[in-house]
Amino acid sequence: MLRSQFHIELNNMHVELDKMCHLVIEAIDRCVEAFQNHDLELAQEIIRNDKAINDVERSVESKCLSLILKQQPVASDLRDVSTALKVVTDLERIGDQSADIAELILEMDEKDSYLMIEHIPSMARVAIEMVTSALSAFHEHDIQKANEVKKHDREMDQLFEEVKLELVQIVKENKDHVDLAIQFLMIAKYFERIGDHVVNICEWVEFNQTGKVNDTRLI
Amino acid sequence: MENKIVAKNVNLHYGSKHALKNVSLDIKENAITAFIGPSGCGKSTFLKTLNRMNDYVENCKIEGTILLDGEDVYDEKVDTTVLRKKVGMVFQQPNPFPMSIYDNIAYGPRIHGIKNKRELDRIVEESLKAAALYDEVSDRLHTSALGLSGGQQQRLCIARALAVQPDVILLDEPTSALDPISTLKIEELLLDLKDKYTIAIVTHNMQQASRIADYTAFFLVGEMIEYGQTKDIFSIPKDKRTEDYITGRFG
Repeated sequence: MLRSQFHIELNNMHVELDKMCHLVIEAIDRCVEAFQNHDLELAQEIIRNDKAINDVERSVESKCLSLILKQQPVASDLRDVSTALKVVTDLERIGDQSADIAELILEMDEKDSYLMIEHIPSMARVAIEMVTSALSAFHEHDIQKANEVKKHDREMDQLFEEVKLELVQIVKENKDHVDLAIQFLMIAKYFERIGDHVVNICEWVEFNQTGKVNDTRLI
Repeated sequence: MENKIVAKNVNLHYGSKHALKNVSLDIKENAITAFIGPSGCGKSTFLKTLNRMNDYVENCKIEGTILLDGEDVYDEKVDTTVLRKKVGMVFQQPNPFPMSIYDNIAYGPRIHGIKNKRELDRIVEESLKAAALYDEVSDRLHTSALGLSGGQQQRLCIARALAVQPDVILLDEPTSALDPISTLKIEELLLDLKDKYTIAIVTHNMQQASRIADYTAFFLVGEMIEYGQTKDIFSIPKDKRTEDYITGRFG
């Protein structure tokens, strides 16, 4: 095969990207676990690990830019490198939001149970499912799967609306719960944002195969 | 966009070698069309069929039709001198004649019967200006063209082709012997010229094709594998062989 150095570098970039996907799935999994069990140690570990996610993001970006500089990739190689450059941004944000949730967990009391707000566990479940499925669609270059994942974002948005209603009710019933309600609202908002980033990743799965995003040609 | 040249089922044999296999391709007017592919794939051979340069090759047999403005260039009534006036050519190595800059440009118009000095002066100046060379050589038009740099010599060859007022300019790897700056000057020049001329270029430089060509055709072992808008060929090629070639997976 010609350009073997190029393929070695492209492969190295993919190894880092896979590592980042793994770290992000781990972060969201642990985030939900720490929330469910009010596990403060785990929450702290998520925050520490966010730095690792950021470092891998930089590494992938650097490798992509180096490939563009040295190899001027075209066709599927160009789509591959540009997809990686875009996807790492959303992966990094998902990592950040998991760490943000972890920080809120640290501020909460044990009695402020995960189950207090009925729809938050559902949001957590949908978030894990969306992240895992989207990254599997990304690895398998499966546009159909990516489109299925995107549909779950509506479910996420609806759950967020439900959480808001629940929180309004809680505050109405007891004004002392305002601070707690804000914390839960922020957690819910972070889950909802994770859904949005997953949708972006799914769009790049389409781009990687077709050069289009939402049927609009980018290159 | 109108088709300037329409090639249909072109087959070309050099003796027993089947160099072009059923090539059909439309070349659009006022656009740049690039031919890419590995050495020996037939891209230069195809380019040369467009102004019958292969007529000079022994044992060369051509079948199929090539229409220029709807007229068959291989019709026996066609005067190849007139054809080559209409379809000019620039080669890989700049090949100025060993004469002055002025005489290089005036050579073609003189052959085609223009003797009036004022008329020739005008043609020389306009052709050099069109080839973005005039400002660099206006004070030494009567010195030898061989004293010009490689890039200037190649622009001189383009000016020489323009002097006989062609419709089509064929370029066979025109920048492969030039440095990057001279290459970019030629590329800028071709982009300017396409408003007035139809341009077909053979290039081994894939970035060059993607920078300047509106359309790109990929050739492989005598076949035209894929042809389309350049942005499609370099972003979403349809044929795996095109993808493999442009991404360097061919070995």
